[in-house]
Order: sequence, then structure tokens, then C-alpha cells
Amino acid sequence: MESLRVINLGVETGGKKILENVNLYVKEGQTFILFGPNGSGKSSLLSTIIGHPNYKVFQGRITFRGEDITSLPTNERVRRGIGIAFQNPPKVSGVKLIDVLRYCARVAGMSEEDAEKKIEEYAKFMGMEDMLNRAVNDGFSGGEVKRSELLQLMLLNPDFVMLDEPDSGVDLENITIVGKAIKRILERDKPQEKRKKSGIVITHTGHILDYIDADYGVVLFNGRVSCIGDPYEILEHVSKYGYEACIKKCVERRDAQ
Amino acid sequence: MSPENVEKDVAERAKEVGVEFDSSRRAASFLQVDQETVFSYGWLEGVEVMSIREAMEKYGWVKDYMWKIVKKSEDYDDFNGYFIRALPNCKIEIPVEACLYLKRVRTQKVYNLVIAEEGSELNIISGCTSHPGSAGMHLGVSEFYVKKGAKLTFTMIHNWDPDVEVKPRSGAIVEEGGVLISNYVLLSPVKYVKSYPTAYLHRGARGSFTSLVVAYEGSTIDIGNKAVLKEDSSADVISRAISRGGRIVSRGHICGEGKGCRGHLECRGLMLSEKGSILAIPELEARHPEVNLSHEAAVGKIAEEEIFYLMARGLSRDEATSAIIRGFLDVEIKGLPEFLKKEIDRAIEMVGEDLM
Repeated sequence: MESLRVINLGVETGGKKILENVNLYVKEGQTFILFGPNGSGKSSLLSTIIGHPNYKVFQGRITFRGEDITSLPTNERVRRGIGIAFQNPPKVSGVKLIDVLRYCARVAGMSEEDAEKKIEEYAKFMGMEDMLNRAVNDGFSGGEVKRSELLQLMLLNPDFVMLDEPDSGVDLENITIVGKAIKRILERDKPQEKRKKSGIVITHTGHILDYIDADYGVVLFNGRVSCIGDPYEILEHVSKYGYEACIKKCVERRDAQ
Repeated sequence: MSPENVEKDVAERAKEVGVEFDSSRRAASFLQVDQETVFSYGWLEGVEVMSIREAMEKYGWVKDYMWKIVKKSEDYDDFNGYFIRALPNCKIEIPVEACLYLKRVRTQKVYNLVIAEEGSELNIISGCTSHPGSAGMHLGVSEFYVKKGAKLTFTMIHNWDPDVEVKPRSGAIVEEGGVLISNYVLLSPVKYVKSYPTAYLHRGARGSFTSLVVAYEGSTIDIGNKAVLKEDSSADVISRAISRGGRIVSRGHICGEGKGCRGHLECRGLMLSEKGSILAIPELEARHPEVNLSHEAAVGKIAEEEIFYLMARGLSRDEATSAIIRGFLDVEIKGLPEFLKKEIDRAIEMVGEDLM
């Protein structure tokens, strides 16, 4: 079943075109890995899908389960089942992590009682019990930010999950927890036929692929999709030969077909 | 009259400023309407509550405390107000409440005296409010004495009408090792408020001064705190100011006079409207080389990134804005008893929606 479709998408921010002719077709149960050099438009794509007001769609559209969501406000997209873990979320002074978790649980349709239980359980799982009463992201370390973002997603329980570099700046101790959490959020711990969740994960280093498996890899380059294929193959190529060589090979192969 | 049968409309307004007239939740209760004492009731031993008029008759020494911190202006006579005193070493955890209610008079003249005797502990909720539709002036003088090793938590909640002017003048002396936690909350429309209390903190004393104010269109609010620090004392002066179209001057002044004192000023303002203004004036003054004084000030609007972030967790724009405003006002006040925090939270909760 169809989850998210990005159709011929063009996006500009601050008067500059940053994405053009982007097409993606993510089915239920599938996890995509998004590769690309800095500035290629990876984060911009996720921001556009979630509806960040600074990113204007000038062509194409985005659909979720067949519904056109291109002009919906962010919270409406979230209510329909799309969730995102940001790479660099802002601190919101005075708004505690536990407050945000309660909002997430409410949006997910949990009763107050269930919410408190789940918050406790998941916070423990993520090693965040001591952070619950801190203002969200205020003075959090790199690893804490990642864990907090994932904890929020665990409560929000989205059907389509977007993770922006969940493995960057995360030390060895944290990466195991982060990996476990992502596996759970994306249902990669379930057999293929039972998976309902789908998503896109941005990774620079590919570290996260040691903890979760993925179905497809996509390379964004200069705001366009240059390559779609096996994520492990792409990662190996990129780390050996760099992005340009990887894309060249991709194009050659495509031309040969 | 007893606290249980206060007129309904007075009781309702009083509740909005944290005054409940409920003997199970308060140590004592005092109500003054205009210049008259309606009642003063004490339900617990160890604390005395009465009108200042009665106190002046009862105790000859009361006059030794009066006008020692705040200067008496010449025409300031015929006042009434409360006298609240915790006896030595008596720890009164349940709060004492006092309500000053402006109903008919042009000018309400108040004089309050609060004494926390040596080693005592006293919590006070002082609510000042006015009858719906009233116009007038509330003049209030308050003097606070926190004796050696005593602790006083004083939370003043104001809720006025748009045509009321308020000019309180207050001062506090905190003796050796004493603690004063003073909070001021004003979240309703008012014509004009000017208040700039000064606290003198002696050796090893600790003070915390927090003000939370919202200025609506037509309101002018000029408030702040001054703390004078002697040897090894410390003070935190914290203010959160929101302009919803009104004018705010937010002052703070810490004067370090004694060796080893420490003071921190934190002044934050939030502009929710294109009208209105916030002027933050943090002042630090060192009168001894070995003082540690610091301040931080920030004034601006709500960051779009913060609203977007909460929207990405499913909140609507309005819900996100309201959550951020409530968060802005949710100041962690060190040493504030839980039930007093609840009163402040309740006041903030009520205003969250109004500001949208």
C-alpha cells in the first residue's frame, strides 16, 4: 500500500531553488535511506514534507496515503501520521520535555493515564528519565538531543517516520540506544510482511545501517534524485569513491539499461 | 462577618488572586474592602493576623517598625492594612492569605506590616483586586522584616480593572541568615502600575525576587526590584514581562556592598503585539571589590522556529503559541513551597488563553 509520494517536487527557500523534479514513492513497510553531500537538499526535502513554512513548493506535490498534503499546515500532517526527528531542534525555554511528550501522546490519541505510563516506560528505555523536567533541548548534549527526538517520536507513534541524521554526533554509548529506538519506531524488528511503518532516514556516516536494515537508498545531488538503489551498495561506493563517482556509475548503469 | 459568608462577588474576585477564605487550606485570612477591615481570622497558633489599626492599638512597639524602610509621605494618613507576624521559631507552612479589595472609594490607602520573627517560617499570599467596573487608585505601602534565620515567602497577585491605578511602595530588611522569597504576579489589564521595592539583605541572607507581568493595550506597567547586598548575602532578581500592546518598564538593580556577596539579574521580555513596548533596565552596582554580580536580558518576539517545532508535534499554531507563553512565565522559583507554586500556575493557566 502506498504511504508517501513525492511527485515532481520543486522547492525554493529564500528565493533560491533547492529541489527540482524530485520523485519518491515509499510504500507501507519500507525504509529509505537518504544520502547526499552537504547542501544537496536532504534536510530541505524532509522539511518540505513536514511543511516547514520557509520552504515553498513551486512545482509538484506531496501525497500521503493518496491524499494531497502539499498545502496542509504542519500539525495537520502530523495528525495524519507523519513524524520527524530533527537534526538540530530549537530549545524552547520553559516548555519541558515532559510537556512535549504529553502533547505527542495526546496527538497519538492516548488517554492521560496511558500517556503517563508510556512516558515513563519509553523514557526509561531511552535513558531520559532525568531529563523529563528540563526545558526541551535546553543545554542537552548531542546524544541527549537525538534521544529526546526519538523519545518524542515513540510517543507520537507516526506511520511515516523521518529521521534527520539520527546518528550524527552520537557517541558509541548512545548509538546502541538510538539504533534500538529507530529499529522499534520503523518496525525493523518485525518480519517484513508485518511492517506497517515506513520512513526516510538521512545519514552521512551510515553508522545507523549497522543497527537497522533498509530497503532502498536514494542519493540527492544538487537538489535532484541522482540515484536509487541498494542502500549498502550506495554507502560502500560513496565511502570508497565519493559522491560524484557514485553518481557517475549510477548514470552509466542507467544508460546501459 | 466570618470568612465563610463573604459576599459572592467579592469571594469570586478574591479567588482569582489566590484568596480562598477556606480554613482547611489557610493558616489565617484577612479581608479589607476599601478602608475597612471586614475580618481577620487566625486558624493556627504561632501566627498573628489583624488590621494594622488594631495592631497599633494593641502593641506599642509596632510604631518602631513603621516607616523605617519606606519613607512616609506627608499626606499618608487614615490608612488601613494588614499586620501579619510569625512568632519566634514558629514554622507556619500553610499560607496566610490577605485580600485588599477596592470597591467604591477613589483612593484606597493601605499600609501593611509583615514580621517574621527569629527562626520563624511564614508563607503569605497577598491578593489585591478591584470590584468589576471600578475606577480608582490603590496606594499600598508594605514593610517586611525577616529576622535572624527566618524565612518569608511572599506572593502578591494583582488583578485589577482597566481604569485602576496602582502605586505600591515596599521595602524589606532581611537579617542575618534570613531568607526572603518575594513574587509579584500581574496578569490582568490595569491602567497604571508603578512599583519598585527595595530589599536590604544582611550577612548571609538570601533573597529571590520574581515578577511576572502582562501589559495589555492601555496598560502602563513600571515595575522592578532593587536588592542591596551586605557581606556573603545573595539575591536573584528575575522578571518576565509580556506586552500584549501595553507599555512595560522592567527594572532591576542589584547593589553589592559587602564582601563575598552574589547577585544575578535576569530580565526577559516577550512582545506579542506590534503595539506596546518593553524597556528593560538591568543595573549592577559594585561597592566592594569582592562581589559577584551578573545579569542577562533578552527582549523579543516568539521565535517562529519554536512554534514550528511544537507544530511538528501536532499542536496547532495557537496551541503552540500558548504553550510557549505559559513556558515563558513558568519560572523556576527556588524554595517556593509547592502550594504557592500551584497558585501561580493557576494564574498563568488562566491568562494563557486570554493572550491568544
